[in-house]
Amino acid sequence: MKKVVFVALLMALATPALAVYPSEMLPDPAQEHRARELGKDLRCLVCQNQSIDDSDADLAKDLRVIVRERIKAGDTDDMVRQFVVDRYGDYVLLKPPFKLSTLALWLGPFVLFVGALSVVFGFYRRRKTVAAAPPPPPLSPEEQRRLAALLKESGQ
Amino acid sequence: MRRSLFLLPVAIFAVMALLFVKGLTMDPHVIPSVLIDRPVPEMDLAPLPGRGADTGLATKDLKGRVSLVNIYGSWCIACVQEHPYLVEFKKTGIVPIFGIDWRDDPAQGAAWLKRHGDPYERVGNDPAPGRAAIDFGVTGAPESFIVDKAGIIRYKHIGAITPEVWSKTLLPIIRELQK
Repeated sequence: MKKVVFVALLMALATPALAVYPSEMLPDPAQEHRARELGKDLRCLVCQNQSIDDSDADLAKDLRVIVRERIKAGDTDDMVRQFVVDRYGDYVLLKPPFKLSTLALWLGPFVLFVGALSVVFGFYRRRKTVAAAPPPPPLSPEEQRRLAALLKESGQ
Repeated sequence: MRRSLFLLPVAIFAVMALLFVKGLTMDPHVIPSVLIDRPVPEMDLAPLPGRGADTGLATKDLKGRVSLVNIYGSWCIACVQEHPYLVEFKKTGIVPIFGIDWRDDPAQGAAWLKRHGDPYERVGNDPAPGRAAIDFGVTGAPESFIVDKAGIIRYKHIGAITPEVWSKTLLPIIRELQK
């Protein structure tokens, strides 16, 4: 049991490795925290599925440095983000903004979900109406005669 | 109606397949630049050693003529591949070529030009954190920009310029802007 707790504690200590170097960090912890939060959402243009905080690429390092410079100069988070978007476009944001060109991206899943729901409901409703339909009218004498003839023919 | 409903999954599959096939042929490193039709960013970059006092690159140098701005670095491998062509294009005298020596030690940037040829009218050194390059929205080297007479960025090419890119893409744009 002790061992398990020990291993669990060790695992809790293992945090994801960030590429942020101590030399880049701002002396003010609150400002550094803002820089980290911003960096998480900014895409590294070199290794495109990493944020600039995760990436060890030179360009990511440069962007981390510049984000911190902007923060030190008194920019708000939105101003820093805008600074980077002005140079690299919305592409640099790991969370794309909600606008006309990204409508399909944001609303697509919901449209598909509603579509799938309506197909499922349609299917069950049709099954119910089939089950609840009035029984078919009895066979006419002519039909009964033909049925009897067919059964006889097949030897039953 | 019911028949067409059965065809729906097939149709959805076909559309998705087409999109994926298109996606396969797209280069994820080619990111549309937001700087197209925007003025050249403000910069005043120091010259490289041995190239003379007034050979650095500033925003004002990119006004009055159509020009090609090329981002390179002595550390950049694809630049070695591209560079002989730039030297060739320079000889034609069609367009002045300006260089930005990105994230580089000026001495190394200069030595690299001595070794591979120097097609640049002016070269500015942009040391880390590469402020000028970031203002240009550079994502890697080499990258090249066509700037018009008014100093407005008109085109961006990501990656090495080949003779094909030059004659089929860049040259027609340059000629059009020079009119």
